[in-house]
Amino acid sequence: MNVSTRKKSSATVRRIKKNWDLYLLILPVMAFFIIFEYVPMYGVQIAFKDFIATKGITGSPWVGFKHFERFFESYYFWRLLKNTLGIGVYQLLIGFPVPIALALLINELRSKRISRFVQTVTYAPHFLSTVVMVGMIFIFLSPQTGIVNGLITWFRGTPIDFMTEPAWFKSIYVGSGVWQQMGWSSIIYLAALTGIDPQLHEAARVDGASRWQRIWHVNLPGIIPTIIILLILNMGSLLSVGFEKVYLMQNSLNMSSSDIISTHVYHKGIIDGQYSYSAAVGLFNSIVNFTLLVIVNRMARKVNGTSLW
Amino acid sequence: MQQQFNSEKLFDWFVHALLALICIVVLYPLVFVLAASISSPDSVMRGEVWLWPKQITLIGYYRVFQNSEILTGYTNTIIYTIVGTAINLVMSVAAAFPLSRRDFYGRNLFAALMVFTMFFSGGMIPSYLLVKDLGMLNSMWALIIPGAVSVYNILIMRTFFQNGIPQEMQEAASIDGCSNLGTLVKIVLPLSMPIIAVMILFYSVGHWNAYFSALIYLTDRDQYPLQLFLREILIQGQMQEMLGVGDDTNANVVMEGEAIKYALVIVANLPIFLLYPFLQKYFAKGVMIGAIKG
Repeated sequence: MNVSTRKKSSATVRRIKKNWDLYLLILPVMAFFIIFEYVPMYGVQIAFKDFIATKGITGSPWVGFKHFERFFESYYFWRLLKNTLGIGVYQLLIGFPVPIALALLINELRSKRISRFVQTVTYAPHFLSTVVMVGMIFIFLSPQTGIVNGLITWFRGTPIDFMTEPAWFKSIYVGSGVWQQMGWSSIIYLAALTGIDPQLHEAARVDGASRWQRIWHVNLPGIIPTIIILLILNMGSLLSVGFEKVYLMQNSLNMSSSDIISTHVYHKGIIDGQYSYSAAVGLFNSIVNFTLLVIVNRMARKVNGTSLW
Repeated sequence: MQQQFNSEKLFDWFVHALLALICIVVLYPLVFVLAASISSPDSVMRGEVWLWPKQITLIGYYRVFQNSEILTGYTNTIIYTIVGTAINLVMSVAAAFPLSRRDFYGRNLFAALMVFTMFFSGGMIPSYLLVKDLGMLNSMWALIIPGAVSVYNILIMRTFFQNGIPQEMQEAASIDGCSNLGTLVKIVLPLSMPIIAVMILFYSVGHWNAYFSALIYLTDRDQYPLQLFLREILIQGQMQEMLGVGDDTNANVVMEGEAIKYALVIVANLPIFLLYPFLQKYFAKGVMIGAIKG
């Protein structure tokens, strides 16, 4: 070891020693991540094994891609993929642009008080639990007592049993999601909008731009980096359609359009105890998500120079 | 000039009208549930209630508070929320403070190890087996420990420590002989009340609303949080026990069932909506601080 590297490493040791209490502080947090995040990642190997409880994860015999093959060949594979992707894409198409539009609108309000009121109102549903949210969906869409069907019959239509009708499932899921989250998701765009240099607006005004043109040519380009970052993040979770809400909205009648990968993992794994098979399905899901994230991130960096890493 | 003025005005009208419509759409279902919860179930069913309560009665609330399981769930949820949030808060500070320090050697490695878990995870089954092996099934720890900290909140907090608190202040303290932990307790935390308020709001709402981990880890009804009972009543429509059996006519049972649902939605969210106005002034600020990175 030559002198300079020795010097360097002793400087490093000194820096570590000086902040020893910071390492002590972060120790429990790192322990948490290792135990509850990285150990399950290690445990994912049961997807390639026939898990036998008495032998544990490491002791169970390897079986290669058996469980993956079973999943790909099963008759519900295409249904699961179609539903998961369908809901994910539908949600991205509707749920992604709405908060941007809302933020641009709120940003046009000149009265601070009105602006705060609109924000308070639109954020509120975010705090409802998924159970209450789905409960309200059931209440409002009930064929006998729901207010929506009340309106339909008032207009002399025939009541629709929304929750048992597969054709309605995705729209209800996405629509209620927009209702609940649009305000909350708009916060980040509002923050980005306040960061836009007022001089740009001044210059545009001098050039005779109308307010509409200023939104289109100043505000929107100003938040493009934020939009792209969030788009990348959203694309990365395209297949991780939330278990929580779908599971609650699911019933045997709407299964043909509500059966998604994560509910399937829950049914086969936790309920039926087919651990290895469900872990394989879950792993497939994670890998597709991660791959999508990497691809979109690379694309964004090429096109726009914005990326997550 | 005149024309431009008019188009400006038209634009303002358009913006206000659209936002008013959005507010009505968002608020209406909530107002309706509130009105329906204090109206007689009879008039709700006949569709007479659409904004103002009719024939005010508290039968729904009465039935809710009569039910011992709801009360058990409520108590459990309060305990889980308080204990869980306290642990979340300590863990978040313990991660965010070192990561916010430029002189903390290896902070990029630590941060990378945390951030990676946002994009890739072992999934439901390996996590379940881990919790099972640790012997936490059917205990409140299964709901609290596996979610002891959120990466996203650590990042928000770290950004606040970095940008919201002058680094010179911390350096001055260290020159005066204050240890790192002393700096954290005496200088950083007292200046971080806005972000701590935001964290309390985020984490406690998360615990209050959680049902997924309870669904997979708990089988013992005495330990159920409120949300699991809500699920049975609101979604699965199981409330025979609440209505009791006896000489009630069937129609009456159905009606009271509806009243219970509306009352439950209100009761379940009451604490959050009571807390919301107090924390609201902090959270918009706190979220924005976290949102603008670098």
